Amino acid sequence: MLHIKCPHCGMRSQNEFSYGGDATVKRPELGKEISDQDWDNFVYNRKSLRGKHWEFWQHLSGCRQWIKVQRDTATHEIFKTLKANEEIS
Amino acid sequence: MIQSFRLESGGLINRDKKISFKFNGKNYYGYEGDTLASALIANGVHLIGRSFKYHRPRGFFGVGVDEPYAIVQLYRNGETEPNIKATEQELFEGLEAKSVNCWPSVNFDVGAINNFLKIFLPAGFYYKTFMWPKSFWYKIYEPFIRRAAGLGTASIKHDKERYEHKYEYCDVLITGSGPSGLASAYSAAKNGAKVILAEDKSRFGGTLLTSEVNIGNQSGKEWADSIISELKEMPNVTVKNRSQVFGYYDHNMLVMSERISDHLPKTKKFHPKQRLWYIRAKEVLISSGSIERPIVFGNNDTPGVMLSSAAKEYMKVYGVLVGKKPLVFTNNDSGYETAIEFKKNGINPIILDTRKEPQSEIIEEAKNMNINIKNSYVVVAAQGYKKVKSADIAKISDNKEELGSIENIECDCICVSGFWTPTIHLASQSGNKTKFNEDIDAFVPGISKQNEKTLGAANGIYTLEETLKDSFEKGNQISKEITNNDNKVSFPNVVEKKSTVHDKFWCVPLPKGKNYKRFLDFQNDVAVSDIEIALKEGYRSIEHVKRYTTLGMATDQGKTSNLNGLQLVSKIENKVVPAVGHTTFRPPYSPVSIGAIVGREVGKHSKPTRKSPMHSWHEKNNAVFVDAGVWLRPRYYKRGEENLFEASKREAKNVRTNVGVCDVTTLGKIDIKGPDAAELLNRVYTNAWLKLPVGKARYGVMLREDGIVMDDGTTTRISENHYHMTTTTAQAANVLSHLEYYLQLVWPELNVNVVSTTEQWAGAAIAGPKSREVLRKLFPKSDVTNEGLPFMGYMEGDLFGVKAKIFRISFSGELAYEVNVESDNGYFMWKKIIEVGEEFGIQPYGTEALSTLRIEMGHVAGSELDGRTIPYDNSLEGLLSKKKDFIGKRSLSRKAFAAEDRQKIVGVVPLDKKTSIPEGSHLVKDSNAPLPNPKLGYISASCWSVEHDNPFSLAILKDGKNMIGEKLFVMSPLKNKVIPVEIVSSHYVDPKGERVRS
Ligand SMILES: [Zn+2]
Repeated sequence: MLHIKCPHCGMRSQNEFSYGGDATVKRPELGKEISDQDWDNFVYNRKSLRGKHWEFWQHLSGCRQWIKVQRDTATHEIFKTLKANEEIS
Repeated sequence: MIQSFRLESGGLINRDKKISFKFNGKNYYGYEGDTLASALIANGVHLIGRSFKYHRPRGFFGVGVDEPYAIVQLYRNGETEPNIKATEQELFEGLEAKSVNCWPSVNFDVGAINNFLKIFLPAGFYYKTFMWPKSFWYKIYEPFIRRAAGLGTASIKHDKERYEHKYEYCDVLITGSGPSGLASAYSAAKNGAKVILAEDKSRFGGTLLTSEVNIGNQSGKEWADSIISELKEMPNVTVKNRSQVFGYYDHNMLVMSERISDHLPKTKKFHPKQRLWYIRAKEVLISSGSIERPIVFGNNDTPGVMLSSAAKEYMKVYGVLVGKKPLVFTNNDSGYETAIEFKKNGINPIILDTRKEPQSEIIEEAKNMNINIKNSYVVVAAQGYKKVKSADIAKISDNKEELGSIENIECDCICVSGFWTPTIHLASQSGNKTKFNEDIDAFVPGISKQNEKTLGAANGIYTLEETLKDSFEKGNQISKEITNNDNKVSFPNVVEKKSTVHDKFWCVPLPKGKNYKRFLDFQNDVAVSDIEIALKEGYRSIEHVKRYTTLGMATDQGKTSNLNGLQLVSKIENKVVPAVGHTTFRPPYSPVSIGAIVGREVGKHSKPTRKSPMHSWHEKNNAVFVDAGVWLRPRYYKRGEENLFEASKREAKNVRTNVGVCDVTTLGKIDIKGPDAAELLNRVYTNAWLKLPVGKARYGVMLREDGIVMDDGTTTRISENHYHMTTTTAQAANVLSHLEYYLQLVWPELNVNVVSTTEQWAGAAIAGPKSREVLRKLFPKSDVTNEGLPFMGYMEGDLFGVKAKIFRISFSGELAYEVNVESDNGYFMWKKIIEVGEEFGIQPYGTEALSTLRIEMGHVAGSELDGRTIPYDNSLEGLLSKKKDFIGKRSLSRKAFAAEDRQKIVGVVPLDKKTSIPEGSHLVKDSNAPLPNPKLGYISASCWSVEHDNPFSLAILKDGKNMIGEKLFVMSPLKNKVIPVEIVSSHYVDPKGERVRS
């Protein structure tokens, strides 16, 4: 079970969180023209990287905040966690 | 029975307390502090079971967790448990155990015929033989294998015992209380670190209990006892015996099973049988020691052949002799310690040492005691069937390939020592890159991935002094970094006998003309010849060899067999052992009861049960409940001898003709507040929300980004910046997370707060043509006329002194209202509705009638919004705003979603107007078409229409738009049904929607 540092609550076990996908994907702006390809990339296409990966998690059974977690997909090492409003650097 | 193999004195058992027990129906006695194994050996019982494949006789091989043979079926307090190691099971009064793998009995076993047919059971036998003919598998092979194999029988009774889970955090977790565990725990504790010290056995001390050493002028055991009692006094230390740390998981989480009651005749009141600890440790010190490995020789699985260290422990801890004419077969000095212990107890052992002229303090001591030592000697084969009777021994050449002439010597046990294998399982599980240590021919931990360090013998350090030094230091070092204390512990003076190098010899060659089975894996009956066959057949990877031969795949996970298997592969393949590599170690280190893993979450505790505030009323009024997620909802209210069908029909009919009331508390409710609330709804729902007036409700559908319908429900504008959203029962949690996702991550500029209020409100739906009459009586002060409270209107009301929210919304297609009050007032509200509704013929209705009503009016629900349908499929395309963007809108213009013959919801009526249509059935054009018959659609929901008094179903049908009036067939191969049907509109009741507005 992973041990994730919620930026709001501190170190908590994985079973308090739920996974929310790739945090580098930005939703296209509402009402903006977008090509089929770009839309497909947003909805479906993911890189499934091996290694460092920024992803969204929600502290579901805690503060309910969505956070950003940088995790190694191969080793599960967690390098950094950010609040929703903090930019990935 | 006399304990004829019990020593006059000695051991750590309590000879004042006799304990009676039964094995295979016979009565025996042992002492408090015995294991089942030590007590049986004391009674001269050596035949304990039969082997897995060949059903060869099995005795005892070890003395603890590494035991491959002595697995029994245990009976305790009216319960039975399989796969118990006799070497681990502590004796208690009234214990009963039986052999496994024996049919019909341990002394005469039919399966042993496999042994004489062993030519048919080589490696891969199961794969080769049971592959074909395929039809033989279920009828012949599998039942045969199942009867002949298996390590016991699981109980089919409900387990009455309680198992608990516990979560714990600590600075340092130490796994094992041998010298390295004690020393590191002590110095870490002295620095104030929060320490957990876990010991698998009942006694603390590990090898200190059996080795002739002196620490600070105390015996090993005395020193261990003093350290343990000091640790137990320290508030920052938790010391646990009978506790096996069996798994090392991510981020330094380890799992330990504590056997609290297994050693007692029955579990004490309010105690669990076992407790599973989830321990998150900052640092882990692995002090799991090492396991002696066997030397491979002919018939080395005969009862009486056992590890030399086990023989020593049986004497020193249990005061039990494993034999009276022992042969010690060794390639290192450890065997001498066992021989010396025999000698001290008046028994004359013979030592066969594979080494030519070894010299050390220990060997010198053995010589001085006049122990018979034969150098450059090996055991070629054990003789005897159910117990060792003699051994064929021979001199071996310096190159270890040629055997001299065979001599036969009498003996009743052969104690083998092939040196020591560090127990690296936990380190390996943690992701540690292990490395091969040439000096000890074994793998040791290498580069750590997590915060762990391995100490002492588990790290390949085999002298006490070095172990203690290293462990005191490591314990101090890692705790210092956590607590910033540096309390040095003074290092005690250590006296131990020096030993010399071992011989890398591990397998005795076969003498000419003999074809003895030489076993590597004692639990799975894997012999040298099996590995040879596997390699001959082209298996190379050690992982493949393992699976093909089942080497190391038994419940002991090859604790005594792995390395010898590797040695063999490396020898045949002419590779060094590290090039062969070892198989992956996986948790659990040792088997764990399923009960402990499940914990308290069994039966009704397997998930929470949520009940509405009106639950007790439903119970009193004969409700039959159904699980709706974690909620319990009334399915129907039974009257007299009614069944489900009759009751739900009556309830639904009453809604259509009079008035009914349904508990809708379970509906998800989300409170939405903030100046941008309307904007959020406008983006989340597919229809327009910006102009919804205060006091009005609107039906909405929300999509996922891929265009699939996620949920539907009504949302009401309570005040300017305050909305009350309802969701389906099933999607309530997902919808809240969905809203939070967009508010926090995508559109943080929206000033809105959302919070779940599902449990804050109790809800009742009042539906039917007479529902307004009921409402009038409930809220005499409110104007509930069609003008005062029109369709999709909202108002607050006073329900006999209780504040209520009144929504005019309908799920049934009838004139209907939903009344919400604070949960605490739910029961009161319900009682009042029933009371005032009586004169109008009100009846409560359950989920079955609720479904009937929604199906026949064509209102979609979970079975249509199943994660595969878009709005068009559900005839919800009228709710798609063309003017604004919303979540998932862009996906709807994808090609497949816009196809002309796209699937769509329709109604389905059987032509005979009688036959009920099974849900999940397929719709086809021609019921006799060759298979695979093209499927046009599927039945999503079925009911008995109370409006038309015939069966009616909803279906998602290809080109549904153009199929109305068509005749098709419903096919249910599962129910073996073919039903001719007509496709009709999905709105089977009041298609114009006049009733809800009346
Ligand atoms: Zn949090």
